Amino acid sequence: MTSIRMTLAGVSSIAGVKSNDTLGSWFKRMLGTLGLPLLGLAVFLFIWQAGAKQIDTSLGQFPGPTQVYEQMSSLYAEHISEREREADFYQRQEARNAERVAKDPSYVPKIREYTGKPTFFDQIGTSLVTVLAGFAIAAIIAIPLGICIGLNASLYAALNPIIQLFKPVSPLAWLPLVTMVVSAAYVTDDPMFAKSFLTSLFTVALCCLWPTLINTAVGVSAVSQDLQNVSKVLRLSWMTHVVKIVLPSSVPMIFTGLRLSLGIAWMVLIAAEMLAQNPGLGKFVWDEFQNGSSDSLGRIMVAVLVIGLIGFLLDRIMLLLQRRVSWDKNAITR
Amino acid sequence: MTKHLELTGVSIEFPTPKGSFKALDNVNLKIARGEFVSLIGHSGCGKSTVLNIVAGLYQSTTGGVVLDGKEVNEPGPERAVVFQNHSLLPWLTAYENVELAVKQVFKGKKSKAEMKAWIEHNLELVHMTHAMHKRPDEISGGMKQRVGIARALAMEPKVLLMDEPFGALDALTRAHLQDSLMEIQKDLNNTVIMITHDVDEAVLLSDRIVMMTNGPAATVGEILDIELERPRNRIQLADDAQYNHYRHEVLSFLYEKQRKVEDIGQHRSQKAAADKAQETAPAKKQAQA
Repeated sequence: MTSIRMTLAGVSSIAGVKSNDTLGSWFKRMLGTLGLPLLGLAVFLFIWQAGAKQIDTSLGQFPGPTQVYEQMSSLYAEHISEREREADFYQRQEARNAERVAKDPSYVPKIREYTGKPTFFDQIGTSLVTVLAGFAIAAIIAIPLGICIGLNASLYAALNPIIQLFKPVSPLAWLPLVTMVVSAAYVTDDPMFAKSFLTSLFTVALCCLWPTLINTAVGVSAVSQDLQNVSKVLRLSWMTHVVKIVLPSSVPMIFTGLRLSLGIAWMVLIAAEMLAQNPGLGKFVWDEFQNGSSDSLGRIMVAVLVIGLIGFLLDRIMLLLQRRVSWDKNAITR
Repeated sequence: MTKHLELTGVSIEFPTPKGSFKALDNVNLKIARGEFVSLIGHSGCGKSTVLNIVAGLYQSTTGGVVLDGKEVNEPGPERAVVFQNHSLLPWLTAYENVELAVKQVFKGKKSKAEMKAWIEHNLELVHMTHAMHKRPDEISGGMKQRVGIARALAMEPKVLLMDEPFGALDALTRAHLQDSLMEIQKDLNNTVIMITHDVDEAVLLSDRIVMMTNGPAATVGEILDIELERPRNRIQLADDAQYNHYRHEVLSFLYEKQRKVEDIGQHRSQKAAADKAQETAPAKKQAQA
């Protein structure tokens, strides 16, 4: 006991001396910014590895970090080989067509699409495109509507019950309705978008609309009285008032809403893809679950980590955008 | 002296849940062109309300304001306001804040180059050219208020309305800005209505001090003409008998004739708190020892 106390005292005295010189303070800073997160990660990996061994499922042992890493490599290898096969396919098709055209100049070559199974990375791409499109639609609707509601107290009072009613609705409840409406309304011979894409898109938009709408409305209606007085004294026209005073003033709130919306959009999309079997990461997870091979759990875990990573990156991108656009540098930046 | 700005029988009532509240009752005031008038009174006496009525931000219940023969019933740039907490748009630089006003007031009257020169001239007047491309959060409180004044001056107002313009500043910065304001006033000779609760500021800057009675139903109590030579120098005036006489007049109005009853109660409780603090202080010292 005494020896421990003495070592502790020794360490703290060394730290006290070191904190004065630059090397010591640099070391401390690095420990804070890099060391602690790395330590946290290491502890997490250890607990995961140890815990995974204890869990046995019908599909084998729960995947630990090593199995997940193996599956990640195998998914990448599958992606590369699939791409090679696709390139081969087109090459063969081209060669065949060229041969036929050489024999018979009147022949118009048919180009067939490659119909291979989408790889994990293809699914990531699909999900990203869908979530960004859905988020964009939500933002395009929510920001102008929020501005109108925020400016007009009567409109706010009229729409508030509707907003409050729809805000807590789960995406899964919307999904069947959206699916039916899309298949009924979107009837063309030459579809520009797949129906599954539109279904995911509108479900995402419907669910992630609300935070942006509400935050915009609150931001707009909370423009300080002083600034409104400035606008009155200057006799700014309605349009100038909105563009020069109201919008810049509510930009921090609008961005808070947009960040919340993007987070919700990403979560909703995965759920919608799983339920509706629409292409994307959600479908990948569901397919692997149904597949039930010994690799499945590891692959699902890869998907879980990728979903988390993408969600995190999307949020960071929004944050960077907010820092660039917003005048209020003190706004929440975590 | 020509009649320039006239307040006639101005009263205002605000609706409250307990019935209407009469803030001002029969305020009459005539102000000549180029005159610097201060409104002084205890807080809550309706000074700001008077200013807001002249600005057109409030509408009087009875009576009205006439500026150069025209009734005032909405806000406008010919009655520019310098707000107490500067009210600069935080996302614009000092230059852009003034620019917003200049573009609005001189749209179609000045060319782009003229506007630029005019904006810079006004920032020059308040000694802000060195920081004109900084945003409000990058400059000090006094500098923000300078930009606020530049913005108001840039509108070329008939009347400049100042709502406790230096109230939120420390004493040294305030003195600095008061000197700047006197300097500008010497050149431009604007008509100014300034709200203040600083007696020295009122006497130093004004041609007339309008002292207001306590609310509710506040009105003009006394008007004091300040006949001190300009330019005025605060250091010389500090020893000037006439200046001190004016100060005494205002002080006696505020603290003898219009003493606030609630102030005494507050004073007592403060004194009690101070006594208590003194009692506990020695005990603390002992504890530390």
